[in-house]
Amino acid sequence: MTIRFKQRSILPGFGLTLGFTILYLSLIVLIPLSATFLKASSLTWAQFWHTVSSPRAVASYRLSFGASFIGAFINLIFGLVVAWVLVRYSFPGRRLLDAMVDLPFALPTAVAGIALTTIYSKNGWVGRYLDSLGIKGAYSPLGVVIALTFIGLPFVVRTVQPVLEDLERETEEAAASLGATRWQTFRRVVLPAILPALLTGFALAFARALGEYGSVVFISGNMPMHTEITPLLIITKLEQYDYAGATAIAVVMLLISFALLLGINLLQKWSAERLTMGRGEPQEPQALASAELTLQES
Amino acid sequence: MAGATTLMTRSAKRQVGKTRATTESKFVRGMLIGVTVLFLGLFLFMPLAVVFATALQKGIATYFASLNEHDALAAIRLTLITAAIAVPLNLIFGVAAAWAVAKFEFIGKSLLITLIDLPFSVSPVVSGLIYVLIFGLQGLLGPWLARHDIKIIFAVPGIVLATTFVTFPFVARELIPLIQAQGSEEEEAALTLGAGGWQTFFRVTLPNIKWGLLYGVILCNARAMGEFGAVSVVSGHIRGLTNTIPLHVEILYNEYQFVAAFAVASLLALLALLTLVLKTAVEWRSHQQLAENEPNWSTAIA
Repeated sequence: MTIRFKQRSILPGFGLTLGFTILYLSLIVLIPLSATFLKASSLTWAQFWHTVSSPRAVASYRLSFGASFIGAFINLIFGLVVAWVLVRYSFPGRRLLDAMVDLPFALPTAVAGIALTTIYSKNGWVGRYLDSLGIKGAYSPLGVVIALTFIGLPFVVRTVQPVLEDLERETEEAAASLGATRWQTFRRVVLPAILPALLTGFALAFARALGEYGSVVFISGNMPMHTEITPLLIITKLEQYDYAGATAIAVVMLLISFALLLGINLLQKWSAERLTMGRGEPQEPQALASAELTLQES
Repeated sequence: MAGATTLMTRSAKRQVGKTRATTESKFVRGMLIGVTVLFLGLFLFMPLAVVFATALQKGIATYFASLNEHDALAAIRLTLITAAIAVPLNLIFGVAAAWAVAKFEFIGKSLLITLIDLPFSVSPVVSGLIYVLIFGLQGLLGPWLARHDIKIIFAVPGIVLATTFVTFPFVARELIPLIQAQGSEEEEAALTLGAGGWQTFFRVTLPNIKWGLLYGVILCNARAMGEFGAVSVVSGHIRGLTNTIPLHVEILYNEYQFVAAFAVASLLALLALLTLVLKTAVEWRSHQQLAENEPNWSTAIA
């Protein structure tokens, strides 16, 4: 049998839809993205390296990575608790909390930014208490962490929730009947099952936080070397008409996002395998697609 | 027990009859619920509350006056125009991409899916920058555009392009898994019975995917109206001309007009709340459809 580009199917519209998809994808995404690399290639390697390794740029990477990591870590812990509570317990207001978890996806980042700044500034609802403890909320690295925690909040909850829902309670019962304490059951039975989803959520929150701009600019205070995140540095360079410098840093950010995207894809694959392994009947889309294929071939 | 049944949910029902060893003690439960309420209260409810509290600080008259103002109205108009172009474009793309990817097997399919998701992993600032590098004065097409007196960057087309980029995957990524899960049997049946391609799509596929489609459109629209980073790079911040609602909020805030800034921001917060309500309703509705919609081809084609 020869290898063909497309498997046989009686459904129409393959050429039209795939053609349009690739055309639109190229026009909106691929060509503009490659323009960035084209522009960056007009820099010499020395110029490029000088820009991306300048102390100000390095300080911005440190803040962006550090704050994103802490924010995603806070979400890892609390996201797990929230997902657990929403799936396993019933209490008044559960549905409202469940619906509200997606707020950071729906609320424009600029609105989140000014709201969080108002709350955590010196006279704000929370800021005044932090201030009396000598802690600066807004206009400090802590402010950046707060904004990035808000931005990444839904990811861990939404990746862990479906896995917890699908978890077979029988395995927990088995563990309990074999004499495990509740905590042992959680650590040895539940946690390994939800670990891939947990890590995927963490990675998604981290990736989102790394590129975030809108909510951070208001709360960070934007001091170079101190509270300046990498996306803001790109904007600063653009405003100084330093297009080459902005592009160089953008290329670094793009490469990091591509690497993260690859990592997340691998995590999700692992997560899906974990899920199907534990079950009798395969329910994954791939399995469905292959079943569909056999149907079409016959 | 009897009083509790009314509040019982799916997960609670499963717990009934289980021994103690498979649930947590009352104390642990209470503590975990407490942590959840506190965490979500601090990070979700408080920001929302502060928006409305500050917006209404100086009374309802000032609130409406800040909205009914020339630049604010211009920003609202531009945001609506932008969403009205970007959302339908991505809707058409999403349906086409989902059809190609979910209904057919071809080489390079998983690469295509990854590329469709790409805009989600690009920083909004970079999403704006890529268009500046093409259409800006210093950009690849810049000199040519300037000679022909076409403005894209610092004008409405740039804003629409950047918005289209950041909202690119929303509809497609909702529809692909949905259509994949539904399979092609119903369409194949329709075609065998003599329906045309478009007929099959509009009478068989579309009714099956309508809730997923609506879900994607709602999320796409929320992001299109609220996008800040990408739009901020390409807009040029010209008051009354190239300011969308989020950019107008930024300007007011930086001018220390806090009440006005939060009044305009409250519009976006209301939009976010509306999005959540619609989203929850659609989720509920599509679950229902999934439950009752075991293959009933006869009604779909008739």
